[in-house]
Amino acid sequence: MGEFLNIFIKSAFIENMVLAYFLGMCSFLAVSKTLSTATGLGMAVIFVLGITMPINWLINEYILIPAELEFLRFILFIAVIASTVQLVEMVVEKFSPGLYAALGIFLPLITVNCAILGGSLFMVSREYNLSESIAFGLGGGFGWFLAIIALAAIRERIRYSNVPPAMRGLGMAFLITGLMGIAFLSLTGIDPAVFAGWSGNVAE
Amino acid sequence: MAESTELKTGVVADPKKPAGEKDPLFGKKEKILITDPLLDNNPITIQVLGVCSALAVTSLVYPSLVMAVAVVFVTAFSSLATSLMRNIIPKAVRLIVQLVIIATLVTLVNEALKVLAFPVYKQLSVYIGLIITNCIVMGRLEAFAMANKPWRAFLDGVGNGLGYGLILVAVGVVRELFGKGSLFAGSPIAMNIIGPSGDTTQYWINTAADSGLGSFFGWYANNNLMVLPAAAMFVIAVFIWIQRSYNSKLVDVS
Repeated sequence: MGEFLNIFIKSAFIENMVLAYFLGMCSFLAVSKTLSTATGLGMAVIFVLGITMPINWLINEYILIPAELEFLRFILFIAVIASTVQLVEMVVEKFSPGLYAALGIFLPLITVNCAILGGSLFMVSREYNLSESIAFGLGGGFGWFLAIIALAAIRERIRYSNVPPAMRGLGMAFLITGLMGIAFLSLTGIDPAVFAGWSGNVAE
Repeated sequence: MAESTELKTGVVADPKKPAGEKDPLFGKKEKILITDPLLDNNPITIQVLGVCSALAVTSLVYPSLVMAVAVVFVTAFSSLATSLMRNIIPKAVRLIVQLVIIATLVTLVNEALKVLAFPVYKQLSVYIGLIITNCIVMGRLEAFAMANKPWRAFLDGVGNGLGYGLILVAVGVVRELFGKGSLFAGSPIAMNIIGPSGDTTQYWINTAADSGLGSFFGWYANNNLMVLPAAAMFVIAVFIWIQRSYNSKLVDVS
């Protein structure tokens, strides 16, 4: 449990997907104009990351590695993500129309969100085990969610400011994201084990 | 154009024109396909596509250059392949078909890089794989290749890949020059531009306090901000600022 929390906090705050690795930047910049849509997309990202990460872990561990087919990793991972998104969309539509209406068009968009595929690839290159990869998926998704609602809230406020015309919209979004990235850098020194009540070396 | 001979088969004459009069292989319309994405319709600064996998690799010029070449290859050939198959892909599963085409090409690039340039491959790590979800590739397939003939789709892919690569390399040059004082570090043509020369490295502009221009350049220090990932955002924001100041048609009115 300690390591689970450790990786969750590390991936959510210290190594934030958007602000430290620039993953999922396209939808991060495009869908952050209003707070409500940003919240919907953020929730959908947590959802899909949390589901695809363990599935991809199982595929990698029990199919690709024993069969020595690692070069097929990209194709299989993206196929899993695309079909999971489609499946999740159908299930959510059937059982929870409220959530479906809230997530709306964002579910299909998520297939091409780099944060999802990037999460799975990081999971492989860092050699996480199953529970660690679930923690990484949920934590990474939560960090992405936090970052996008923060950016959307700032952009809603900044609309009423007197910004140079050439910087309006996109230019400011880039600048704010950069500043947020620097702000999140101040979290790097934190040892996540302190939060988790678990003492020992921080897993790399 | 070297590619033109290979791809002659992809060009079909416009059926509305009288027989014998063919479209030029590389006419004005084709030229626009290449030049437009370089500036006025740049994938990164105007369309905001493909920012994702790009920014983290730009702290050095050489990996950005490799990344740019990889993306040009993938956009060009995925556009070509999709355009060739555009009439037989069912609408309902087109996204998955496109993803498989892209993923196959990216796997090729990945394996090729592993053999040809292993140190760069290590530096780029997951970002090569992330070309699959690079929105430029998908975006061009959806917006252009699904509705156009192979040769034009190919050129559009090359143009957008180059537009992306241009920004990538430009950001890389700014960040490496000001952040580390070198250019193309890690490549065969590595150059040390500015910094204090020591026993092992010599710089073109020597800022060591006791020699040559040193007394004049003694104030010089590398800008460590440029090494941080966030610097890429600032550099691109400045590019956007400059570009939109020159061309006020691009200003965001919303």
